[in-house]
Amino acid sequence: MLKTIKASQLQLLAMIAALLLILVFFSIATEGAFISPRNISNLIRQTAIVGILAIGMVFVIISAEIDLSVGSMMGLLGGIAAILDVWFHFPLILSIVITMFAGLVLGLFNGWWIAYQKVPSFIVTLAGMLAFRGILVGLTDGVTVAPTSSSLAIIGQSYLPSGWGMSVIALLCLGLIARVFSRRQARQKHGVVNHAAKFEYGKALIAVIALLSLLAILENYRGIPTPIFIMGVLILVATYIAKRTAFGRRVYAIGGNIEAARMSGVKVEKTKMLVFGFNGVMVAVAALILTSRLGAGSPAAGNMAELDAIAACVIGGTSLAGGIGTVLGAIMGALIMASLDNGMSMLDVPTFWQLIVKGAILLLAVWLDVKTKKQ
Amino acid sequence: MKQKLLDMRGIVKSFSGVRALNGVDISLDAGEVLSICGENGSGKSTLMKVLSGVWPYGSYEGQIYFAGQQIKATSIRDTEAQGIVIIHQELALVKELTVMENIFLGNELGHAWRINEESMYRQTLALLSRVNLSISPDTQVSELGVGQQQLVEIAKALNKDVKLLILDEPTSSLTNQEIQILLDIVRSLKEQGIACIYISHKLDEVLALSDWVCVIRDGDHIATRAAAALTQNDIISMMVGREMDQLFPREEHEIGEVILTVNKAFARLSGASRPQVDGVSFELREGEILGIAGLIGSGRTELMQCLFGSYPGEYSVEIELAGQSQVIRSQQAALKAGIAMVPEDRKRHGIVPIMGVGRNMTLPILDKYQTWFGAIDEQQEHQDIERYLERLKVKTASADLAIKHLSGGNQQKAIIAKCLLTHPNILILDEPTRGIDVGAKYEIYKLMYALVKDGVSIIMVSSELPEVIGISDRVLVMHEGRLKGQFEHQGLTQEMIMNCAIKEGVSNA
Repeated sequence: MLKTIKASQLQLLAMIAALLLILVFFSIATEGAFISPRNISNLIRQTAIVGILAIGMVFVIISAEIDLSVGSMMGLLGGIAAILDVWFHFPLILSIVITMFAGLVLGLFNGWWIAYQKVPSFIVTLAGMLAFRGILVGLTDGVTVAPTSSSLAIIGQSYLPSGWGMSVIALLCLGLIARVFSRRQARQKHGVVNHAAKFEYGKALIAVIALLSLLAILENYRGIPTPIFIMGVLILVATYIAKRTAFGRRVYAIGGNIEAARMSGVKVEKTKMLVFGFNGVMVAVAALILTSRLGAGSPAAGNMAELDAIAACVIGGTSLAGGIGTVLGAIMGALIMASLDNGMSMLDVPTFWQLIVKGAILLLAVWLDVKTKKQ
Repeated sequence: MKQKLLDMRGIVKSFSGVRALNGVDISLDAGEVLSICGENGSGKSTLMKVLSGVWPYGSYEGQIYFAGQQIKATSIRDTEAQGIVIIHQELALVKELTVMENIFLGNELGHAWRINEESMYRQTLALLSRVNLSISPDTQVSELGVGQQQLVEIAKALNKDVKLLILDEPTSSLTNQEIQILLDIVRSLKEQGIACIYISHKLDEVLALSDWVCVIRDGDHIATRAAAALTQNDIISMMVGREMDQLFPREEHEIGEVILTVNKAFARLSGASRPQVDGVSFELREGEILGIAGLIGSGRTELMQCLFGSYPGEYSVEIELAGQSQVIRSQQAALKAGIAMVPEDRKRHGIVPIMGVGRNMTLPILDKYQTWFGAIDEQQEHQDIERYLERLKVKTASADLAIKHLSGGNQQKAIIAKCLLTHPNILILDEPTRGIDVGAKYEIYKLMYALVKDGVSIIMVSSELPEVIGISDRVLVMHEGRLKGQFEHQGLTQEMIMNCAIKEGVSNA
C-alpha cells in the first residue's frame, strides 16, 4: 500500500499531519476555542487572501521565476477597486471587471520584461514592488479611500446561503467520486494498470469526509464565507490547469529545464508571460477580497503579502529551483501559516514572537524537505 | 605478497535492495593504467564513487587498501588528501576564473590575508608544462576549449600530489587531435609513477593506453586481463555477454529524390569577428543518412542549429524543403516543417530531468492531445508513450519515472522517441551515441536504418569517425565553418576524412 503513494502525495500527507498537529496543539492551548465554528470560519477566511496569492505564485515558482511585487500589486489593485467604488460609484460588476483587467495588464507587464526582455524576475518584480506601491500612494494621496459601498462588501464579507453551500459541497463530493470512477474506467479501457480500488476510493472518501465536516462546522456558524467559495473555485481551476492542460505541462517543463523545453518547441517566452498574467489576475481577486473585507483601500494594504505567498508555496513543497510544486500544497502551506497566525493571536502571543515563530517554521519546513529528499 | 598501490576487495554496493556492485575486485600498481569497461549502468561509476569517497565507508561492503593502508573515507576530501583524484566527464572548473585561480582554488598559497601570487604563478607554469599546455596562467577558463580544460583539470590534480588519477570518459567530447595529446600525457604521467584508472567507451584508446582491462557487467566483475592479450571484439563480447558480429549493422535501403536543399548558410555570434558557419550549401535526399564530420568547432553543430532555428546568434540560410522554400526562425517552425533534432548535449538541451520519461516524450506534441478546455487526453497520450517505449526498447520501470533515473542510452532513446512522435521528415542527430554503451549504440543504428526505410531522411553529426563511415550513405566534412569535402561511403577511410578535416586546402572526392 505504501508503495503506491508517490513522493508528492507523501509530502501532502506530511502537511496534513503537520496541520493536525497544529490544530490539536492550539485546541488544547485555547481550551477548545480554536476549533469553535466561529474561529474555524474566521481562520479559513483569513487563509483566502494568502491562499489565492499562493495559487498565482505557485505557477510563477514552478516556472523557476519569482514575483516580489504581488504585495504592492495587491495594494494597488485594491486601491483601484476602492477608488472606482468610493469616488466614482461604479457598479460592482464594472469595478470587478476593471480591477481584474488591471491585474492582468500588470502581470503581463511584469512577464513581458522577464520573458522577452530577459531581465531577471527578481529585479523586475522588485522594481514593481517599489513602483506599484508608489503609484498607489500617488493615486490616493496617501490617505485611506473609504467607506466602500455595501455591494462591494459582498465579495469579502458575505456568506453563501445555507442551501447553496450544501449543494455546492454535495456537487463537489459527487464530482470527486465520479472523476475517480471515470478515470478507472478509461484506464481499464486502454489497458492501463489501475491502482487498487480500495486505495483510490479510500482517498476520495477521506476528501469527501473532510469536505463534509468542514461544511458541518461552517454551517454551524454562518455558512460558507464567499471568499472561501471563491478560493475553492480557483483551486479547482488552477489544479485543472496545472495537471490536465498542455499549458500546465509546459510550465513544469520550463521550470524543469528551460533549454530542453525550448528545443521541444515550447513557446517559452509566451508561456512565461502568460504565467505572470495569470498571477496578476489572482492578485486582482485577492485585492478585491481584501478591499471588501477592510471596507477601504489603504495605501499600506498588502504590505509584505508577497512573502506570505512565497512562504506558503515553499512550505507546500514548491521547489524554488522550478519544476516542482502543486496548487493544493501551496494552499496547505497558506493554511498552516494562517493557523499559526490565528492560534498565536488567540493565545495573545506578542507580535514579535509571531514573526519569529513563522520564520522558524519556514526554515524548518524547507530544511526537512531538503533532508528527506537527500535520502 | 607484495602490496599493490590500490587493492579493492569484494566491493558490494546496494541501492534500496538492488545490487549495483556485486563483489568487484580491482587492483593496480604505481605507474600502471587500468581501464574499466562496461555498458552504461553496469556499475563503473558506482565503483568509482565508492573509491573516491562519494559513497562513504560503511555504505558499502568490502575493503579498499591504498598505499598499504585501509581507506575509510567519508568524503572526496579524504581520498584527495591521500592522493586519489577523480576527473569527471563533466568538468568542474569555474569558467569565470583564470587557469591559475582554478588550479589553486581551495588551497591558495600564502596567508589568509595575502595570497602569494608570484609563487602560484610560477608553480602553475610548471604544472602547465607538465601537461604540455602552452597558455598563460592568467587565461580565463571560459576561453579554453574542452580539450584544454581537461588538461587544466589534470594539472590541478597534479598540484594535489596525485598518486592515482581517475579519468571518467575524458575523451567523449574531444577531437582526435586532442585525444592524442591527452593519451600522451597519461603515458608521461605513467612514467612518473602515477597510476591511472581510465573509463571509456572508446576501445581503441583503452587498448592503446592500458596495462590492464577490467570488464564489469551488471555489477559483476567479469574479468581483468592484460590489455596486450585482448582485442576490441574480446572486450565487447565480455561487456555485452554475447558475440557482437558487427558494430555497424549497415542495411541496404533506397535513396530517393532531393528532399532538402540548404543554400548559403551563415551564422555568427553577435560580437564575434569570425563566422561559425560560412556559406555552407548542401542537399539531402529522401531516405538518406548524411554524415557530417569535422573537428569540434568546425561549425557542424552550428549548421544544424541554423536548420532547426535554435542558433543563438545572427544567422541566415535559404532552405528548400520538398520543393518549397521555408523560413525557419524558431524550433516551433522547424518542428512544424517536419524537422526534428536530437541535440548534442543531452542534459542541457535534451531532457527535463525531473519529469517522467513519457511526459518528456510528448512535450512537443501536446497540442495533438488537447480536448475540451485545453485538457490533455491522457489515455491517448499514454498509448502513444507505451507504443514508442516499446518500439525504441527504452528500459524504464515505468513511463512515469523521472527521466534522470535512466541510463544515458535509455535517455537518448527516449529523446529520439520524442522526436519521432512529431513524425518528422528530416531527423537531425547531433552526436547520437556520445557516452552511450555498445548495446544501446547498436540499437540506435538499427533504428536509423528502420527509419530511412520508412522514408525519413537523417542528418547525423558525429565525432566518431568509424561511426560516420560505418553508418552514413554520404559524408560531408566541415572545416572552420566551411564545407571542405564530400564523400560517398564506399571506399571511405578515416584517414581521408581526417586529412580533409585538418589540412588546409580543398580536397574533393
